[in-house]
Amino acid sequence: MAEQLIRDVPIIPVTPPELERIPLVAHRRSLGWLSDTIAGIVEGKTPMWWKISFAIAFTIMVVCFSCITYLMATGVGVWGLMVPVAWAWDITNFVWWIGIGHAGTLISAILFLLRQRWRTSINRAAEAMTIFAVICAGIFPLIHIGRIWYGWWLLPIPNANSIWPQFRSPLLWDVFAVSTYFTVSLLFWYMGLIPDLATMRDRARTKIRKILYGLFALGWTGSNRHWSNYEKAYLILAGLSTPLVLSVHSVVSFDFAVSQLPGWHTTIFPPYFVAGAIFSGFGMVLTLVLPLRTLCKLQDVITIRHIELMGKVVLATGSMVGYAYGMEFFIAWYGGNPYELYAFKNRAFGPYWWAYWTMISCNVICPQLFWFKAVRSNVVIVFIISIFVYIPSNCAYYSPTWVDIWTFIGTIGLFMTLFLLFQRFLPMIAIAEVKGVTPQADPHHPLGGAKVGGHH
Amino acid sequence: MPESMNKVGLLAEFESTAAILHAATVVRDAGYRRWDVFTPFPVHGMDEAMGLGNSKVGWFSFIGGVTGFTTGMVMIWWMNAFDYSIIVGGKPLLSPIYAFPVSYELTILLGSIASLLGMLVLNRLPRLYNPIFRSTRFHLVTHDRFFIAIEANDPKFSDSETRNLLQNAGSTHVEEVRD
Repeated sequence: MAEQLIRDVPIIPVTPPELERIPLVAHRRSLGWLSDTIAGIVEGKTPMWWKISFAIAFTIMVVCFSCITYLMATGVGVWGLMVPVAWAWDITNFVWWIGIGHAGTLISAILFLLRQRWRTSINRAAEAMTIFAVICAGIFPLIHIGRIWYGWWLLPIPNANSIWPQFRSPLLWDVFAVSTYFTVSLLFWYMGLIPDLATMRDRARTKIRKILYGLFALGWTGSNRHWSNYEKAYLILAGLSTPLVLSVHSVVSFDFAVSQLPGWHTTIFPPYFVAGAIFSGFGMVLTLVLPLRTLCKLQDVITIRHIELMGKVVLATGSMVGYAYGMEFFIAWYGGNPYELYAFKNRAFGPYWWAYWTMISCNVICPQLFWFKAVRSNVVIVFIISIFVYIPSNCAYYSPTWVDIWTFIGTIGLFMTLFLLFQRFLPMIAIAEVKGVTPQADPHHPLGGAKVGGHH
Repeated sequence: MPESMNKVGLLAEFESTAAILHAATVVRDAGYRRWDVFTPFPVHGMDEAMGLGNSKVGWFSFIGGVTGFTTGMVMIWWMNAFDYSIIVGGKPLLSPIYAFPVSYELTILLGSIASLLGMLVLNRLPRLYNPIFRSTRFHLVTHDRFFIAIEANDPKFSDSETRNLLQNAGSTHVEEVRD
């Protein structure tokens, strides 16, 4: 009798409420709602906050290019740089911007390989951030050389002197690493954009939008034979970007580590630079995404859970950076090299002690607040901490002039100008990818049309 | 649409992921060859439902990567050890260690470019004109609808039978595409 009863009742596995996953898109929004909301940001009227931000960013960008013009016309003496073979702020700005970019590739590639489906809500904006950050970074190595018109000597192009670049130098590795990083990030970003550009094309009302979105969508139809190749290419690009992003900041760190300078000549530099890069980059992602989430009313797509998860990544990488700071000090003492130890003692207790301790408190202590769920889920606090996370990674070693300072601030203007343009004219969230992680996209879910009891 | 235009095929609309996945297995089992499924996002399990094999994009990436690594190594040997050899710091003229970082980056660079181009070549994209866009409903494919198109030049295509098959598979709307 009991057996008979069991056979008659269809067995539907019931998930206990405490194990139920929080949906990635809140309020059970439909597929069409996602298109309408995300594409609507681009299609709607230009908001006032955008015009004001753009005017400010654009002005600061003009200051950046004016400073560079002044530098080119006059010479590197306009900076506070008094050592002819040193880089001064250029190298710190370069390293800082490259580092900012790393979080974008982490989100787009590494989290994809790790099947972190929450990445879909933030990957488009983070990848855009990567590209614009690398553009800002690329300015500094070019302008630091003084005679900018010889910049092309870095490339292996035959020149009138019949000499070639010196491939034994980490500085040349840098040229290849950074230009590869820029190109691959751009390809990855564009490939991710193709299905969404098709969405924009199909929704377009004006002729110019139809033509431009149509051209860049390359005739995408959403064919499954296409999706099959597309997904394979996406997977391979993610697989190639992962070793790439780990190598780029490693190569950047070789610029320092290969030198004989005490405090820099250490093997911890590559992993330490990579962790620091992802750490500061995530801070920047949070700073960019949190205001946009409110301004563009995207709370259902970028949920509190997304913010919490990003906070956890900041905590993890911040702790790695803290470990690296500690280990540097330990090895300086344990290695028994008096010059090395002196360099570190001087860094923490010498004339620049304030910079060192600001860095420690912002980069190591501050993110530890993310251990608390109440902190991680408070949007305002997360926003404030996110700014602390990356600001002091760029610390001063000497007295900068106004040109140094404004060139650096100016690149932030350039970055914001590019980012605002992106936000205004392209879908800032990967529409097709977010649709793919909704329950409607799952053919075995009731919302995806499956019948109760399982369809197959 | 005027009857004088050539018939390209039949386009059937579906309303859910489960419905399109089921319909794809029906069309596959009926033995059609020249047909396709159109979805707003990649549907998990659709490749099996359509009977598609593994994508060939990987071969493009592999060839690109090998080309990149070889180019890097040969370029560095030729430039720094052969064409203009300078001894720097008593180090060997060519060592795989110092040549590695640049070759590694070139592997990734050419591998990535080849993957993207491979995807476009295999998909025959960019495509400037496609008769399927003549359907007024098809623009919803990037919104929230799902479609199956069976081409008229498929050997099994028959106007009435194919239409019945698509309707029985659960399509809410079947239309002809003409060009």
